[in-house]
Amino acid sequence: MFRVIRDLYRNDGRFAFGFTVLVFFVVISFVSLLSPYDMRAWNAVPRDLRPSSKYPLGTNSIGQDIMWQAMVATKNSLLLGVIAATISRVIAIVVGLLSGYKGGLFDRIVMVLTDSFIILPMFPILILIATILRSSLNMVVLGVVIGLFGWAWDARLFRSQILSLKEREFTRTAVFSGLGTFKIVLTEHLPYIIPLVMSTVINNMIWVIGMEVTLSQLGLSNLNTPTIGTMIYWALQYQAIFLERWNWILTPVTICVALILGLYMLSTSISEYLDPRTRLQMIRKG
Amino acid sequence: MLKKYYIPRLIQYFTVLFIGVTLVFVIPRLLPSNPVEHQLSRMMAQGQYLDPSAIQAIRETLEQLYGLKGGIFEQYVDYFKRLFTGDLGPSFTQFPTPVTTLIRQSLPWTLGLLLASLSISWIVGTVLGGIRVSFPRSKLARLIELLIMGVRPIPYYIVALVLLILFAFLWPIFPMSGGYRMGVKPGFNLPFILDLLRHAFLPILSMVIIEIGGWFLQMRNVASNIVEEDYVVYAEASGLPKAKIIFMYIVRNAIIPQITGFALNIGFIFGGALITEIVFAYPGMGYLLYSAILAGDYNLIMGINIFSIVGVSTAMLIVDLIYPLLDPRVRYQ
Repeated sequence: MFRVIRDLYRNDGRFAFGFTVLVFFVVISFVSLLSPYDMRAWNAVPRDLRPSSKYPLGTNSIGQDIMWQAMVATKNSLLLGVIAATISRVIAIVVGLLSGYKGGLFDRIVMVLTDSFIILPMFPILILIATILRSSLNMVVLGVVIGLFGWAWDARLFRSQILSLKEREFTRTAVFSGLGTFKIVLTEHLPYIIPLVMSTVINNMIWVIGMEVTLSQLGLSNLNTPTIGTMIYWALQYQAIFLERWNWILTPVTICVALILGLYMLSTSISEYLDPRTRLQMIRKG
Repeated sequence: MLKKYYIPRLIQYFTVLFIGVTLVFVIPRLLPSNPVEHQLSRMMAQGQYLDPSAIQAIRETLEQLYGLKGGIFEQYVDYFKRLFTGDLGPSFTQFPTPVTTLIRQSLPWTLGLLLASLSISWIVGTVLGGIRVSFPRSKLARLIELLIMGVRPIPYYIVALVLLILFAFLWPIFPMSGGYRMGVKPGFNLPFILDLLRHAFLPILSMVIIEIGGWFLQMRNVASNIVEEDYVVYAEASGLPKAKIIFMYIVRNAIIPQITGFALNIGFIFGGALITEIVFAYPGMGYLLYSAILAGDYNLIMGINIFSIVGVSTAMLIVDLIYPLLDPRVRYQ
């Protein structure tokens, strides 16, 4: 595992970039725990200051230090991504593995359901849920809601992998030695698709972070919790564009773009690495 | 053909509709806070004093309106009955305008954005993807690839916001919001059409920028596999002109999966259109949805949901049904 990361870091510029960006934001997330201010408090610092040595990114119109705000926001957005991605991965793995392995009528019914979730327009449905839940929305609830709707595509992907795995010799050996369905799927097949799962985790996080930004703009999240989305929301509420407070509006936008680009590079690099044909080309190139 | 292709597609279509519509029915009933209480607390929060009997009366009216009266099964049957007659109930904030009227008014705007951005991004993405594969050593093609792939993962909202800041505020060559300028008389005349285009330019551009990536990537991947196929190698060996190989051998085959892509992406792109409209205050369904959220107009949100589900899955069905005309392999299965 460590060697793979080191090799990719040396040989693939995209991986190096994405990995560095991700490590940077993770470190920032941990540093944000040391924040000297209460992030919910308004007027903790003087308002509308330009960047200075005391406030490296200035302060905003509700009296918060933008730098610390941004760090906490990064942490929360990453956390939300992890929560939602974990939930949707669990569903995708269970659905994909079981229906791929079981086959037959079970598979057909589950796949029709899955296809429906791929086709249905998720954005309005998420809005419907968020509107009703508005008063009780917090990070975890939002993560669960988004997670419940982001599994279908990847369930199909995992299923297609299982379809080929179950034709292999070792599956038959496992069946003949009396292992149950769950055992075979979890201990024999799951390890094969773990790398693929990792690459979909990243892709899913990109989707979740984007969805959070969008839902926040509609006021459909807990606006007191700093996230990338709520930071943009408050900046726009206080007309940061017209008042040209670029330090306020552009900080979350830049973080969002950098984070998503980093994650995206990481995921393309990993999925190319997982494809044996491109890996062969990499080896040939030296 | 009928049995193997059309019937399963139709079954899938009705399943999607059924699941989607049922989801919209079930979600409000599963969640802890229900829309009636939500609406009541909104009314109270506005500072109205209501005595308990009045509250009870309002609650019952609201329950009737939202179809929350009676047993759950009764409600479900009733709900479907209303859907089949095309009745989505009245809008709450613009009472008693029916939700369907509001949707019908904003639909052309959204449809315009969708069609324009889809066709532009599809053509440009497909052509660029084809060029990328046909000229693997070109530096320019690689630069374009880098740019396209760099923008692709960024959320619709952020791209739209950045374009808004750049081209409507810092360098104000396009309007910030709206579908046409106040005072311009809607009609089929040149000034109005020009104004329409000027307002639609940034929303369409922001959607095109993101959507190009998907078409480009798929075209590149499919075409780069086809390039290695035996029949292409044979065509090259027999000395066919390069243009003929590109268009008749590579593009012709690579374009087929690009059509399937339509069907699978419609839902995602539709969501993107809604988001873009919200950023640019473009008077389509996204903006209608936004105003419904702000006003807590729950019935309108439900209506837009149902409409999107029907619209997206029907669009997908149409693509699926014309697909055999384009792909001979499906036809002769």
